[in-house]
Amino acid sequence: MSEKQPAMLEASPEQVLYARILEIGMYLGLLVLFVTFGLYAFGIVDPYIPLDKISNYWSMNVNDYLKHAEIKAGWAWLGMLKYGDFINFIGVAMLAGVTIFCYAAIVPTLLKNNDKVYAILAVLEVIILSAAASGILAVGH
Amino acid sequence: MNSALSIKDNAYIQEDEMRINGKLWTIILISLFSLTLMASPAFADGSAEASNGHAWWFWPLVLLIVTFIMGILAVLGGVGGGVLFVPIISGFFPFHLDFVRGTGLLVALSGALAAGPGLLKMNLASLRLAIPVALIASTCAIIGAMIGLALPTNVIQISLGITILGICVLMLTAKKSTVPDVPQADRLSSALRICGVYQEASTGEIIDWKIHRTPMGLALFIIIGLMAGMFGLGAGWANVPALNLLMGAPLKISVATSKFLLSITDTSAAWIYMNKGCVIPMMVVPSLVGIMLGSFVGVRLLKIAKPTFIRWMVIGILAFAGAKALSKGLGF
Repeated sequence: MSEKQPAMLEASPEQVLYARILEIGMYLGLLVLFVTFGLYAFGIVDPYIPLDKISNYWSMNVNDYLKHAEIKAGWAWLGMLKYGDFINFIGVAMLAGVTIFCYAAIVPTLLKNNDKVYAILAVLEVIILSAAASGILAVGH
Repeated sequence: MNSALSIKDNAYIQEDEMRINGKLWTIILISLFSLTLMASPAFADGSAEASNGHAWWFWPLVLLIVTFIMGILAVLGGVGGGVLFVPIISGFFPFHLDFVRGTGLLVALSGALAAGPGLLKMNLASLRLAIPVALIASTCAIIGAMIGLALPTNVIQISLGITILGICVLMLTAKKSTVPDVPQADRLSSALRICGVYQEASTGEIIDWKIHRTPMGLALFIIIGLMAGMFGLGAGWANVPALNLLMGAPLKISVATSKFLLSITDTSAAWIYMNKGCVIPMMVVPSLVGIMLGSFVGVRLLKIAKPTFIRWMVIGILAFAGAKALSKGLGF
């Protein structure tokens, strides 16, 4: 922990860095999501589940949906990116993943400022979010 | 009076953020979505009927319209979109609660991601305050999501209904303090150097802030995280009172930090739902677009709307949706 310093009106360097990465990730994620959704809804890329059949699935619980649609959970969507519905997961994953990069990026700045406690907290958050993203924390009904 | 003040504060922060991104967003969203819906071959082919008697695009289109209205109401009522989304969509749409929760988390996450960078740069959202709180809330949101996905749907519906009705009571009774009196920072917040300075734009006053009751506040975020993950609600409704009333952060700092916090808490839970398969793009994208467009319109309507009336209306809608969730869970 660094010595006590008076609080500043301006955001700290690590806060600004975090904000910049978050902003870029958010714009890229939304852009990719909207473009891929356009490809899907326009019929430019054929979906795995035909559009006129999608309403047969969304009232099922997730286990029945996966079973009837023969879809695997977790990161299996990476192997189905040739389908219009599954390319949308790229944008969703970018939106859900940007925070991990934000945290990882501020660790060097925190260490440089001798802010060891916050550096440890940031590393812990990266581990927690990565564990959630990895799919190892599987659950079922 | 207090609720009117909080709405103004909330709106002030949102308006600043919206001004930065507004034009770009509006152009991207309107053009992409109107093109998508109007030009899609399947949109023109009304004969493509699904088993429930509607063409496939019927429910996504209704979802877009309803989330657009929801986006307006959320801004005018001073609540997050996520808290309206899950009870209303799960209560009145044919979508299963599993997909509604997954989508609800992504709706709340997107709103938080859009607002987060601006709030951090303006130093209204405090990273030092958010980091310890987020670590606890996001860990518990993962556990909450796992519990939520493991429990039977009717148990979740009943719990959701009770939670929503509890939120209505909280909205009716909770007071807010613009700058709470914090005589002395507690030991933990002093050690973590959780404090800051911001300038009140309306008066130009420089406000030094610090917090107290940090251990109690952190403990409360265990419950908040669990509920956010379990119900996919977002958690602004609980974050703000915890940061403002319990921990003593100024209202603007609380609202802004709460909004930013959702980008971390909801990320962790969203991954659990996504990895479980609870994401259907045809539900997610119309919901995101609807809420975002509604928020832009809501910010503009804020100048002429009567916030107290809107807030009562939002509480009424939430109470109705909460009762519906409860009755659905009980099988009535």
